[in-house]
Amino acid sequence: MKFGIVVSEGPYQHQASDSAYNFVKAALAKGHEVSRVFFYHDGVNVGTRLSIPPQDDRQIQEQWTKLGKEHDLDLVICIAAAQRRGLLDKNEADRQGKDADNIAEGFRISGLGQLIEMGIQADRTITFGD
Amino acid sequence: MGTLHTVNKSPFQNQTLLSCLAHAKDGDAILMIEDGVYGATSGTTVSDALASKSANVTLYVLGADLAARGIDAGRMAAGVTSVDYEGFVDLAADHDRVQNWL
Amino acid sequence: MSETVKKFLYVNRKAPYGTIYAQESLEVVLIGAAFDQDVSLAFLDDGVFQLTKGQDTKEIGLKNFSATYRALGDYEVTKLYVEKESLEERGLTLDDLQNIEYEDEDDDYAEKPSIRLVSRAEMAEVMADQDVVLSF
Repeated sequence: MKFGIVVSEGPYQHQASDSAYNFVKAALAKGHEVSRVFFYHDGVNVGTRLSIPPQDDRQIQEQWTKLGKEHDLDLVICIAAAQRRGLLDKNEADRQGKDADNIAEGFRISGLGQLIEMGIQADRTITFGD
Repeated sequence: MGTLHTVNKSPFQNQTLLSCLAHAKDGDAILMIEDGVYGATSGTTVSDALASKSANVTLYVLGADLAARGIDAGRMAAGVTSVDYEGFVDLAADHDRVQNWL
Repeated sequence: MSETVKKFLYVNRKAPYGTIYAQESLEVVLIGAAFDQDVSLAFLDDGVFQLTKGQDTKEIGLKNFSATYRALGDYEVTKLYVEKESLEERGLTLDDLQNIEYEDEDDDYAEKPSIRLVSRAEMAEVMADQDVVLSF
């Protein structure tokens, strides 16, 4: 089965990104494919590389980057939601005249079309949100 | 095989569980996750609503979220089955679609 | 853009302005329109508040995006299912909602209402008929 996942809340504020992460790990362990994880609304904030969570708690962004690398996951951050919330890659920062970028390794910024395409291509689409 | 519905908020916080129950069709499944697992405990103001739907809809709860909240098996309503994340994955695969009530 | 045509349902259960969900879900609908899928929108519970007339956001300073619903017809998004019981619970009728129409190209571009008033039971049927359900 091919799963498409939407994460629509930010790290730590809601359990959404943790539930999504645990679901994705379980799906991969069972031999399923996770075709894309799409981060929307405040979910784009999962992709900041500047977070410094307490050491005795899970490191949400790092977990996703690591899982993404291990399983070649497509972690996509919605550009519209990201611009609103100040989550940029180097291209966007240069294009928009911002003095910094903050996207974490393993994530890429793209359009909402990627969400629709994911829905079309996946067998099941699951949203983790508020 | 029908729809897997998920509910992630306590039924004492908002109406989502009740709305989900009102829209679920015979043969569907409802999985309570995150704060939604409080809906699966016995002796609450939503227990009757849950019980009356349990004849037509299969009720599940994510065990990991129960454990996190210190809810032990003895407090769960009758007719609700606990699953782990792999069980969640199986439910999603076995149903035709997933509808997440947010 | 794609050979496969799936039934997409966008579920709206939240009021506008207090949170961003209503506005950002509309943004998905507009972008999604380019993919030629079979699109429906569901408005139930507090989601019905998104469609009310006379929204004036000047004093709160938020963008008034209510006109966007009226433009959906131009994007060939013509099925807006609004739940009757949700309206009644909130003391609303169809008259309280915006007039949202589309031009039916199969019927000489006759203007038809995009809002389909459905009962709770009918809404359940609409939901059960979809391939992809996106909730915001």
